Amino acid sequence: MLKLKNINTYYGQVHALKTVSMHLNKGEIVTLIGANGAGKTTILNTISGITPPRDGEILFEGEGIVKLPPDRIVRRGVSQVPEGRQVFKPLSVEDNLELGAYLRYRSREGRGEIRKDLEKVYELFPRLLERRKQMAGTLSGGEQQMLAIGRALMAKPRLLLLDEPSMGLAPLVVQEIFRVLEMLRHEHGTTILLVEQNAKAALKLADRGYVLETGKVILEEVASELLENKEVQRAYLGRDKKEIWER
Amino acid sequence: MAEGRMRGSAAPNNLYFPLTLTLSLREREFSRQYHLKRELLKFAIFTILVLLLPLAAKEGYILNVLVFVGIHSILAIALNLLLGYAGQISLGHAGFFGLGAYISGVLTATHGQNPWLAMCYAAGAVGILAFVIGFPILKLKGHYLAMATLGLGIIIYILFNETVDLTGGPSGLSGIPNLTLGTLTFDNDLKNYYLVWTFTLVAILLAVNLANSRIGRALRAIHDSETAARLMGINARFLKVQVFALSALLCSVAGSLYAHVMTFVAPASFGFNFSVELVTMVIIGGLGSIYGSVLGAAILTLLPELLRAFQDYDIIIYGLILILMTMFLPGGLVSMAPVFMSLLRGRRKQPGGAHAEA
Amino acid sequence: MEFAQQLLQYLVSGFSTGAIYALIGLGFAIIYNATGIINFAQGEFVMLGGMLTLFFLNVARFGMIPSIILAILVATLCGVVFNRLAIKPLKKPSPLNLVIITIGGSILMRGLAMLIWDKDTHAVPAFSGSEPLDLAGATILPQHLWIFGITILAIAGNKFFFYYTISGRAMRACSYNSRAASLVGIAVERMVLFSFLLSSALGAVAGIIVAPLTMTSYDVGVMLGLKGFCAAIIGGMSSGIGTVLGGIILGILEALGAGLISSGYKDAIAFIILLLILFVRPQGLFRKAETERV
Repeated sequence: MLKLKNINTYYGQVHALKTVSMHLNKGEIVTLIGANGAGKTTILNTISGITPPRDGEILFEGEGIVKLPPDRIVRRGVSQVPEGRQVFKPLSVEDNLELGAYLRYRSREGRGEIRKDLEKVYELFPRLLERRKQMAGTLSGGEQQMLAIGRALMAKPRLLLLDEPSMGLAPLVVQEIFRVLEMLRHEHGTTILLVEQNAKAALKLADRGYVLETGKVILEEVASELLENKEVQRAYLGRDKKEIWER
Repeated sequence: MAEGRMRGSAAPNNLYFPLTLTLSLREREFSRQYHLKRELLKFAIFTILVLLLPLAAKEGYILNVLVFVGIHSILAIALNLLLGYAGQISLGHAGFFGLGAYISGVLTATHGQNPWLAMCYAAGAVGILAFVIGFPILKLKGHYLAMATLGLGIIIYILFNETVDLTGGPSGLSGIPNLTLGTLTFDNDLKNYYLVWTFTLVAILLAVNLANSRIGRALRAIHDSETAARLMGINARFLKVQVFALSALLCSVAGSLYAHVMTFVAPASFGFNFSVELVTMVIIGGLGSIYGSVLGAAILTLLPELLRAFQDYDIIIYGLILILMTMFLPGGLVSMAPVFMSLLRGRRKQPGGAHAEA
Repeated sequence: MEFAQQLLQYLVSGFSTGAIYALIGLGFAIIYNATGIINFAQGEFVMLGGMLTLFFLNVARFGMIPSIILAILVATLCGVVFNRLAIKPLKKPSPLNLVIITIGGSILMRGLAMLIWDKDTHAVPAFSGSEPLDLAGATILPQHLWIFGITILAIAGNKFFFYYTISGRAMRACSYNSRAASLVGIAVERMVLFSFLLSSALGAVAGIIVAPLTMTSYDVGVMLGLKGFCAAIIGGMSSGIGTVLGGIILGILEALGAGLISSGYKDAIAFIILLLILFVRPQGLFRKAETERV
């Protein structure tokens, strides 16, 4: 469904992604793990067209999307839930959600259809329904994250990119969000690329995982294998050597 | 911004690397000495050029135009200190120019004050005014600073028009005496030429010297990043205010000269358009280049004379110049000089090897 | 009694010029919010509105309404062309570059207007006669009513656009967070173009409705543009009610100043207010604290 071939991305002089190749199959949940600055966010932004790669190829459903501007990539069916939520704070919750469907409004899709999807998002996140007239900036962090996901879903993406959805949230809220991601895959067959600090939770949810280090993919493995991998455990799962040794 | 940074770090290679006259050179490296010599040489050549130019310009009319090139050069250099070195725009500099001219004019024509004293009073008053107003105004940045200085210029312009008892209002103030030195009265174009250009040369020396001093380096630091400059212990705000005041003071002196050369002043010469013209001069010449400012002043003063037929339409050309320069040659005309020089040098030496320096 | 009438008279003229300033100020604010640019050429669209109307009326001999519509269309087109030719090609524009380039654009447009037409001041016929009406002792011209009416319509239309249409909300989203906007599929570039389109249209409308009262010439844009900017600054650069109030406050203060102090200093009032507000409350009179702009 999505294929990255030998992607090199630069921030000015900084070589942020070094010949990265990866792929996602349809309906898969794949997670990217790695330390801060390893290039996880850069991969998402490169796919979304915000930081286009200097060279390399990105195929989405068999078509190259490298040269496209961000809005055209969304139009192809790739939505990103950016790091730190980035909801439109002074706009109402409902405005935020409707803007998620901006392209569908522009393509003159029936309002009824969009309305139905809006109801679906409210079903997924009932708390947003309660607050639909409120300014998005007044929501709690967890609610803003739900809103950001809801906004991305309104575009009916076939591929959903999520950047640190659990950051700074209470464990219960994280559970709820992960539950929704699981459901999306089951009910809509949405393919998901998940970047997470919370590698353990992400690996439990995901089918496969990629491990990134300083802009390079150093490991690609089925998620359950990664969970058992000693190196990964030590580096990213917060279980230090002592603990492993004691076992 | 990127350019500013380049200019900062590449200073020793810079074409207009400033001159230090004072003996208290902090760094005594050879390269500095070399550039000092180069700057001195440049200034000497320029001075000789200025001294000899009247011989070439037989016609009084051309000489008259050159007088104004001199006055405009002072103004452009003054604005360049602010715009090119500190990176702060002013769209109200014509107002300071006008204040100098009017204060000199009123003190001498109406009150019979000695012109040289009047010039000093004007410069002092305008400098202090700019200093005081500089504190709140330079707190603003970018577009807001542009608008605020513009507003200031317009308020001054309105004052010239409305204080009829003092300034004669829109019809202007006449009867301003010429400057005198002993028995010498500066009453023709040739004398005025040497008078004005003496001031211009002093202004060049001052500016070049300032730019090379610690203040100049601090200013460039502010231009690059104010936050970084602050962290380096530079009191950015105070420094900006000082430069603003100095710049206004220079404009005032130019204004006094203008008043005594013309013996007549009217508000129309000090409006918003002239402020924009000044900015254009600086941009054409190149931000941060002193000789570039002289070049810009010369071009913008000569251009309307050459385009006499278009008299009223020269503003179209200004507009085009501003847009095209910003889009295609943001470094100004002097930014072409190194390319030009290396081309020349390359031809003389070996083709291809010349680009190494650039 | 007489003083009260006079005061009412000042209010009438203050409100009408204030309405004009508000429209122009909205243009400033719309572009600023979408792009962070203060468009120094904003006033020229006001000039174009008046001059083009006159051109279509006198030279092309169209009726009033077609002339006005054509004038708005052509002025708007100029705004779009200006954005495409001068602003968009800039790769990494610094505020200084933008100030200079928009000033350059403004001078260019003014010069071209002078070249195409002339340097004279022209009268533009009022929309519906000039028989003054009496309002509690103060005279009010039909054109005043047109100004009030059209301004209210324009502001309401503006409000409707920004709050109730998807494109308007997309523009607001863009101004708050352009990266997130591009991630939901909003073409930011297009929104910038749209902001130029909208504000040049608003400017042209302002220029057209005020022309019958104040006459028009190639250089009316300078002052009107600056006053509009003052209005926007008073309103804290809001593309809504703040700027409208700012315009009206400015208009009334000017009318009072001209009437009670001296008409010569009328223009200075706006700039003194501008400086004071920039010095003391750069966030505008009505905004409590700077809302977060990412």
